[in-house]
Amino acid sequence: MSTKSHPGRDAIKEKGWWAAHKWLVLRRLSQFTILGLFLSGPLFGVWIVKGNLTSSLTLDILPLSDPFILLQSLIAGHVAATSALIGAAIVLAVYFLVGGRVYCSFVCPMNFITDVARWFAKRFDLPKGWQPGRETRLWILGGVMLAALITGVMAWEMLNPVTILHRGLVYGVGYVWTVALAIFLFDLVVSRRGWCGRLCPMGAFYGLIGSISLARVSAKRRSACNDCMDCFAVCPEPHVITPALRGAETNTGPVILSGDCTNCGRCIDVCAKDVFEFDLRFNNSAPADEGHNESTSVSTDRHAA
Amino acid sequence: MGDKSSSSTSAVSRRRFLTNIARAAGGAGALSLVVGLFARQAQSLPAQALRPPGAGTEDEFLAACVRCGLCVRDCPYPTLGLADIGEDVPVGTPYFVARKAPCEMCDDIPCVKACPTGALDPNLTNIDDADMGLAVLVDEETCLNFQGLRCDVCYRVCPVIDQAITLEISHNTRTKKHAVFIPTVHSDKCTGCGRCERACVLETAAIRVFPRYLAKGRIGEHYRLGWEEKEKAGGQSLAPGLVDLPDRLPSQLPDALKGWKP
Repeated sequence: MSTKSHPGRDAIKEKGWWAAHKWLVLRRLSQFTILGLFLSGPLFGVWIVKGNLTSSLTLDILPLSDPFILLQSLIAGHVAATSALIGAAIVLAVYFLVGGRVYCSFVCPMNFITDVARWFAKRFDLPKGWQPGRETRLWILGGVMLAALITGVMAWEMLNPVTILHRGLVYGVGYVWTVALAIFLFDLVVSRRGWCGRLCPMGAFYGLIGSISLARVSAKRRSACNDCMDCFAVCPEPHVITPALRGAETNTGPVILSGDCTNCGRCIDVCAKDVFEFDLRFNNSAPADEGHNESTSVSTDRHAA
Repeated sequence: MGDKSSSSTSAVSRRRFLTNIARAAGGAGALSLVVGLFARQAQSLPAQALRPPGAGTEDEFLAACVRCGLCVRDCPYPTLGLADIGEDVPVGTPYFVARKAPCEMCDDIPCVKACPTGALDPNLTNIDDADMGLAVLVDEETCLNFQGLRCDVCYRVCPVIDQAITLEISHNTRTKKHAVFIPTVHSDKCTGCGRCERACVLETAAIRVFPRYLAKGRIGEHYRLGWEEKEKAGGQSLAPGLVDLPDRLPSQLPDALKGWKP
């Protein structure tokens, strides 16, 4: 119970603070570096990346565009110009390699806000609140595209809190804090991890890429698992862990294949037994001798009990 | 027996599955309706908000613009900005208000070049072909030129001087001996840059730029102007055989016209 309220304590003891926070720190670094690259121009006149996350130009040469936005545009009836199409292809290729929802965990500015909301919710032991099904965001994704089809404009972009937030941060828009606050309060009191985990159609879109992407978290040394449950406690999408970590009995491979996994790497951090690591989705054969391992049978017993 | 119970449970689970699908699909449909209705309402543009050059119709623009703001970054003037939350302009889209900062009509059109999606039409290469709106002299009662003064500022600042705005001379009926120079906008030349509106010396501008659909009237499709048709017909009368009698003055002239000769 004590480990559950302080997940990662054992990992710090065993591996040291850095190894138990590496991916969390890298992730925050990534989020703020990306925001910084966008902001260095407007704030200090050093133009590295122009634009915002929907479409940008890096060092006046590299175009990047959000494929989720361009898909809406396409459905609304506009075929984007070459620059944006190249940009979207590059973005798709990158997320195909590193994992679709890496966008959510390493890039999206909303992640920091919902992570803070989650921290507060746990700190003050607030109820989980409304928890709609995990497929809800897929239906919302469908609804967003349908709205673009019906209206002939990118209807969702009138509301999309993610793009509104990032644009507001980069362009210094006055009322952007209202969007941040709305999502924060929603996640804090209405639905824990509700925005990123249940509703956001961008997360759903990148999750679809994630379900075929190469880099995945693998519970490679799952036989060493001591069932401390710390990974489940920190994971933003805990349902993705079970099939991989507990897969020995069902002869399922150790790779987390679900597109819902954001590749945030926090499970790698907090595991004192170093069960998890980043791997490719192909390295997914279940070791033959694993089923007879002692710790696995312990975990089976626990589930039976 | 076992078969029967398993088939009935599968029927139940199938029913539940279908119910869930129907519920979710209904939810998605309702969501898209709400989003769509909101979008319809939110996309009505106020008259003073003008789009950058090459933007096309508002519907085309909102299907194509990803609201990245690259046009804003490359605009060398403080003209373009992105709409804030709570403004009447669709959030995050670029626009300008002529009275605050008009389009300066750069020859190289950097905003169009910056646009990654083609929402600003890359085929627009001559800024004089831009169509951001149309200037309209909305208030003859306050326009100084209409009072017989020679303000002429809108005429002088126009980047398409003597074509988009000309000064048309007519009689000053107040002084009875001077001329008035009426600033007259020509819709085939006006790009809607808004420099005239910006420069208007009045406290509130008498000449303003509106989106073209608000500014321009349209003659009925069936309507024909006789003199144009006649010209098209090579000067021939449109109704052959029609006798055009000479205009005659009334035989009983009023006193004021006694002694007048045409």
